[in-house]
Amino acid sequence: MTSLVSSKPKGQFGDRIFRRVSTGVSLLVLVVLAAVAIFLISRALPALTADQAEIGVGGDDGEGEGFLSYVLPLLFGTVWASVLALLIAVPIAVGIALFITQYAHRKISSLLGYAVDLLAAIPSVVYGLWGIFVLAPFLSKNLFPWLSDNLGFLPFFSGTTSTSGRTMMTAAVVLSVMILPVVSAISREVFAQTPGLHKEAALALGATRWEMIKMAVLPYGRSGVIAASMLGLGRALGETMAVALILSPADVISFKLLTNQNPNTIASNIALQFPESSGLEVNTLIATGLVLFAATFVVNALARRIAGGEVND
Amino acid sequence: MSFETAKMVDQEDKMTTTDTSPAESAGTAPEGMRVHNLDIFYGNFLAVRNVSMDIEPRAITALIGPSGCGKSTFLRSLNRMHEEIQGARVEGTVTLDGVDLYGPGVDPVVVRRQIGMVFQRPNPFPTMSIAENVLAGMRLNSKKLSKSKANEIVESSLRGANLWEEVKNRLDQPGSGLSGGQQQRLCIARAIAVQPRVLLMDEPCSALDPISTMAIESLMLELKSSYTIVIVTHNMQQAARVSDRTAFFNIDGTGQPGYVVEMDATEKIFSNPTQQATSDYVTGRFG
Repeated sequence: MTSLVSSKPKGQFGDRIFRRVSTGVSLLVLVVLAAVAIFLISRALPALTADQAEIGVGGDDGEGEGFLSYVLPLLFGTVWASVLALLIAVPIAVGIALFITQYAHRKISSLLGYAVDLLAAIPSVVYGLWGIFVLAPFLSKNLFPWLSDNLGFLPFFSGTTSTSGRTMMTAAVVLSVMILPVVSAISREVFAQTPGLHKEAALALGATRWEMIKMAVLPYGRSGVIAASMLGLGRALGETMAVALILSPADVISFKLLTNQNPNTIASNIALQFPESSGLEVNTLIATGLVLFAATFVVNALARRIAGGEVND
Repeated sequence: MSFETAKMVDQEDKMTTTDTSPAESAGTAPEGMRVHNLDIFYGNFLAVRNVSMDIEPRAITALIGPSGCGKSTFLRSLNRMHEEIQGARVEGTVTLDGVDLYGPGVDPVVVRRQIGMVFQRPNPFPTMSIAENVLAGMRLNSKKLSKSKANEIVESSLRGANLWEEVKNRLDQPGSGLSGGQQQRLCIARAIAVQPRVLLMDEPCSALDPISTMAIESLMLELKSSYTIVIVTHNMQQAARVSDRTAFFNIDGTGQPGYVVEMDATEKIFSNPTQQATSDYVTGRFG
């Protein structure tokens, strides 16, 4: 018995060190998060508490409108662009994930998996340049006139079609390419984990591959795809460079996708306005950043709730 | 070994082939399944070699043998589930009522609708209710199903699987909430709901307690009046209790292909087998 009590195992020391290090780094995350939050709130406060008639960024047209009416079009633009990107990206990402996990030969699927992951490695400024030089002219020549002619009765495609292609539509397409990797990678992981038992159950009943996917794979992966979409949405909300380069912004709230008058996004607006701002304008921009921070936080909380809730069922 | 297969090949030669598809010949008297010189591969690896056997209609055929001898692989080749594994393939023929399941133009999906399968571990669809689970196969076959017809199928299938009395008041609840034995009977109900001609069972009781096992066994004895049943089992008492004919599979060593040592009436296999290996196995001297 004594040996059990009195022995001083070396492992215990290492164990203690490791525990403290891992505790420390987890605390670090909270500290950084708190630091950013405190920075945002303290720098945003002047703009929120100041006389609202003074609030505005960019001189002439924006001056004196008040913070709320300044940030609302931006918040709208941010959410609108991200939701559009999500609408485009999620079906494609799920399709890719299903192809990789359920249809493709192993070699092809790993190759395609790498290719999709590689999309995530391209810097966003490159996406922006590609969007402005390649995608915008291409879409404005080929897709936009068609959409305007044939679907112009929908409010989304009405209005004067942009000739430069620097529209909300182009921005959404580029954003969708940018969030494609994260959505498809997570969907892929979830689909790959579908229990073989359930897939076999469907196949043994005489399900075709697509029926098997509907019966076994999609129900199993549903919550994972939702969580993946929310992560993609989080990324799209905060995306700055690509949108700043592509979008031709205006101070509007508009659902029109093909015009030169597009609501800007918060992040892109900060990047564009910051170099020429001073004093209260800087505080105002930081306050919009705070709004974005809150919006992203809400999205992440929602994602957690959806993903977590499904698992607990 | 060679003697036994030769005998079976002779029987095979008598078989007549018709050109009707499985669905068309449903009305004729069932001939059961006939397997002829079947080699089963995983890629280049020969897993089971040269199986020839007759599976009698409306009877229970048991496949016994030590682990890794290819019984399950063979079973899965009977409804073309084997080929779902990448690189898996077979050579030889398997016929159901005279139609070659591996013939050109035969769709494995159609084959599986005729030959149902029950797995080792109960696998009801977790997101579906009990009733939806039973109807899962029907929904694949015919998209339109009237509500009364659906209810009828649910009841008759669950009665057929001896589960109706236990679940009739909670048909809309998830199948995953049932006990293991009930889940397995639900899977049997799901398999028989589409009225297949053959029911394959891959160790259906190995994850169940003795009471549930008895329930499944008595169910099998009831089902054999309407279905041709093939069961893989590790439990030799089970094979002796329920089956009419038994095939003994063996393997010469790791990496060697499995093969059928002998197949005969169950009583004969368990009392007076032709081969020494069979005798050793069924009396528990090895395996």
